[in-house]
Amino acid sequence: MVVNTIHWFRKGLRLHDNAALRDSIRGSDTLRCIYILDPWFAGSSNVGINRWRFLLQCLEDLDSSLRKINSRLFVIRGQPTDVFPRLFKEWHINRLSYEYDSEPFGKERDAAIQKLASEAGVELMVRISHTLYNLDKIIELNGGQPPLTYKRFQALINHMEPVELPTETITAEVIKKCVTPISDDHDDKYGVPSLEELGFETDGLTTAVWPGGETEALMRLERHLERKAWVANFERPRMNANSLLASPTGLSPYLRFGCLSCRLFYFKLTDLYRKVKKNSTPPLSLYGQLLWREFFYTTATNNPCFDKMDGNPVCVQIPWDRNPEALAKWAEGRTGFPWIDAIMTQLRQEGWIHHLARHGVACFLTRGDLWISWEEGMKVFEELLLDADWSVNAGSWMWLSCSSFFQQFFHCYCPVGFGRRTDPNGDYIRRYLPILRGYPAKYIYDPWNAPEDVQKAAKCIIGVHYPKPMVNHAEASRVNVERMKQIYQQLSCYRGLGLLATVPANPNNGSNANIVNAGSGQIPGSSVEHTSAQEGPSRTGSLSATCWIFNTSYEKHGWIPLDYIEVLSPCFLF
Amino acid sequence: RHYCDRLNFPHSDEEGVCWECLPQEILLHIFQYLPLLDRAFASQVCRRWNQAFHMPELWRCFEFELNQPASSYLKATHPDLIKQIIKRHSNHLQYVSFKVDSSRESAEAACDILSQLVNCSLKTLGLISTARPSFMELPKSHFISALTVVFVNSKSLSSLKIDDTPVDDPSLKVLVANNSDTLKLLKMSSCPHVSPAGILCVADQCHGLRELALNYHLLSDELLIALSSEKHVHLEHLRIDVVSENPGQQFHTIKKSSWDAMVRHSPKFNLVMYFFLYEDEFGPFFRDELPVTHLYFGRSVSKDVLGRVGLTCPRLVELVVCANGLRPLDEELIRIAQRCTQLSAIGLGECEVSCSAFVEFVKMCGDRLTQLSIMEEVLVPDHRYGLDDIHWEVSKHLGRVWFPDMMPTW
Repeated sequence: MVVNTIHWFRKGLRLHDNAALRDSIRGSDTLRCIYILDPWFAGSSNVGINRWRFLLQCLEDLDSSLRKINSRLFVIRGQPTDVFPRLFKEWHINRLSYEYDSEPFGKERDAAIQKLASEAGVELMVRISHTLYNLDKIIELNGGQPPLTYKRFQALINHMEPVELPTETITAEVIKKCVTPISDDHDDKYGVPSLEELGFETDGLTTAVWPGGETEALMRLERHLERKAWVANFERPRMNANSLLASPTGLSPYLRFGCLSCRLFYFKLTDLYRKVKKNSTPPLSLYGQLLWREFFYTTATNNPCFDKMDGNPVCVQIPWDRNPEALAKWAEGRTGFPWIDAIMTQLRQEGWIHHLARHGVACFLTRGDLWISWEEGMKVFEELLLDADWSVNAGSWMWLSCSSFFQQFFHCYCPVGFGRRTDPNGDYIRRYLPILRGYPAKYIYDPWNAPEDVQKAAKCIIGVHYPKPMVNHAEASRVNVERMKQIYQQLSCYRGLGLLATVPANPNNGSNANIVNAGSGQIPGSSVEHTSAQEGPSRTGSLSATCWIFNTSYEKHGWIPLDYIEVLSPCFLF
Repeated sequence: RHYCDRLNFPHSDEEGVCWECLPQEILLHIFQYLPLLDRAFASQVCRRWNQAFHMPELWRCFEFELNQPASSYLKATHPDLIKQIIKRHSNHLQYVSFKVDSSRESAEAACDILSQLVNCSLKTLGLISTARPSFMELPKSHFISALTVVFVNSKSLSSLKIDDTPVDDPSLKVLVANNSDTLKLLKMSSCPHVSPAGILCVADQCHGLRELALNYHLLSDELLIALSSEKHVHLEHLRIDVVSENPGQQFHTIKKSSWDAMVRHSPKFNLVMYFFLYEDEFGPFFRDELPVTHLYFGRSVSKDVLGRVGLTCPRLVELVVCANGLRPLDEELIRIAQRCTQLSAIGLGECEVSCSAFVEFVKMCGDRLTQLSIMEEVLVPDHRYGLDDIHWEVSKHLGRVWFPDMMPTW
């Protein structure tokens, strides 16, 4: 029987470590690799020009790599549920492969396609390669619940089977006799569109700081590892002024689109570490970037409301303010705080900002200054940020706004001080906000404090050429810390005076409860994580109790009923 | 059935409880566990249950939530419910709070309800802004007259929370004139229209005051002396917010003798201080011994000031530092461990401490540290400890498992 295969690229835009593609080639007579340009890109139409350009570059790169092995990429416009029945018929397809997508929207879309495939008698081949692990197994190991803290997640990881090795790259060897039927009008029918064809204005568009594609990704990986080896230091790098700028070894957008396999990155890091540190076991912190990504994917996979506050069992219901005007100022870099505005400008221009810069602007928008919902910030990042995928973006915003994951909220990133400590000279500000170039380092982070003659000399009067600061940070912090405290005190039912104890003790950090259960009161000799993992089932109980508090009481009442008789006792809403 | 028998209540001959003749006391007890919405549904079942729904005991506490869809994500208390409460239950209300969003309409609605609480004898009143302080956007007179209705009519106010409102000295006089015997708790941080004289009047007359929260500009030696007078009960909590209005602001000092008088009069009192100042505004603070127990620096605070904290705050129980900058706080932390023997909670944000000094600090404090919240970036690895083994060392000395707080890295 003739086997005609479609491989469907969604993420996983690469030929290395592509298990679904690799397996579906075996025994196939024809192969067509497709990308469906769904007008609803990953469930949202909120995509800026940098992200489209990156994607198109990825597709061009794929097409070029496929050409080298006598194949081509087929770009098809439409919605998958419309496209597939047509293709199944037209190309006599009996096999369909794709990389597993763990996100709730992806799973729903794929369920519909699975149905169509089975109705059409098409064999499905789905493989996991966008994450290091099978996320369902991690959840299973945690008693059927996703881990709510990163520490818990790390403990579970230690008990998972080792990460699978990357699959061999698709080469002419691998493809062997499998043929791709290419028509003369392929470019017209199935070619990768340009930005203009998609309706974008490209006049004045500067070259991409982050060029898309697998080729670029692999080159960066090599450079990234070279730099690590040269430094021979695997510690978390200290933040300095240079870190703020786009790095030629940065990998996050490539991981998001799947131009770079996370497993390949994982193993290359491991090999390098073993080489440099003479075969010792790499600590989990080496894979920090990959594991955080994995953590958010795990927490999100079974929660379709993960990107919302309302109806989201892991999200604290916080009375954020609705203020479109203030939101626009933040999104467009017009807050009057140069540190915030420069970061948002870099984001809009280039599509990437350093993670501490993200913390700074996220804190400013939400719990720090503007008290606007993290959902709004998440949408802006979704539009502009190259590496913001659904799970990681939503999860990070919840984290940064102290809406979940049992965060302490006392540490606020100052929109003046934090920038000043990172880049005392202010070069970053001058680069992205040229209007402030004339300001000396002393005043560049708070130009509204500069005396008139300094402002005149800088040819930039605050309030005229550059906005005045939109909030008084000291007053805003004071108000907002108080708000967070009110909310968390209701959640934890804490009646004391401490600021730290206001945040409910997280149930699976391996705190006192853990030791009590261990019985001896001593910390076990082996790694801490071992004990935590054993807690499994009982943890689930306390986890769901906490989730109930978040979800039920807030949804039903908007507050947890306080016993007002206790009002006379210390700290009524202190 | 058994209960019905004992009370000689008529009941049906069939098996099971007769719901319609449950005594009111039992109904009340059950209804108290039901959330308001469920209670309302229950009240529609029959006349007895409807009567039970309206029993005064169920209307002692209420929290009015006033939100506008344009400014908030949360739902508001239904206007019909509000009307019904004012009509049928305003004289039952004893513990009331208002939660308003950032819109002026919500604050106005709160004042509107307040003005109608004429038959109330409130014990507790809380005005809470959940976002930007919208009470401040009201015309002062409008707010004051609404608040005064409660002050004058209640006469037995015990707890009053009016932070971020335009309350002023004259209205405080009205409060005092009517409630001086009963007032125990007063929270009024960030009330810019109140003067030190205004709050002094409260302290002078309300001898039962146990908890007070205000801004630093209202604090005076006279106030502390008044709170320590013989007639006054022991103060339990004093919360002070020190907020910078303008850069280079000068803050007045409080005499050591005033603090000493407080401690003598109320040896167990807790002093909670939140600082939101620029680094160079700390001049007058931490020069003399200060009986602060809970200390929060909401902005960057210098190494020098943290050093002074160790020297001047022997009663310190909790220290939380948002940011310091990039010079190691090794010496300062060790000194705090040595001299603040009551310290049981510490939080460090954007700071730096060498791993060795941190271990030393934890060793000295031992298991009295119940809260240890340190951002991962704070700990600087040195020759003795790296980031991967420090949590183990610290856990040993704490007697429980401990990890630093982490932030996601993309």
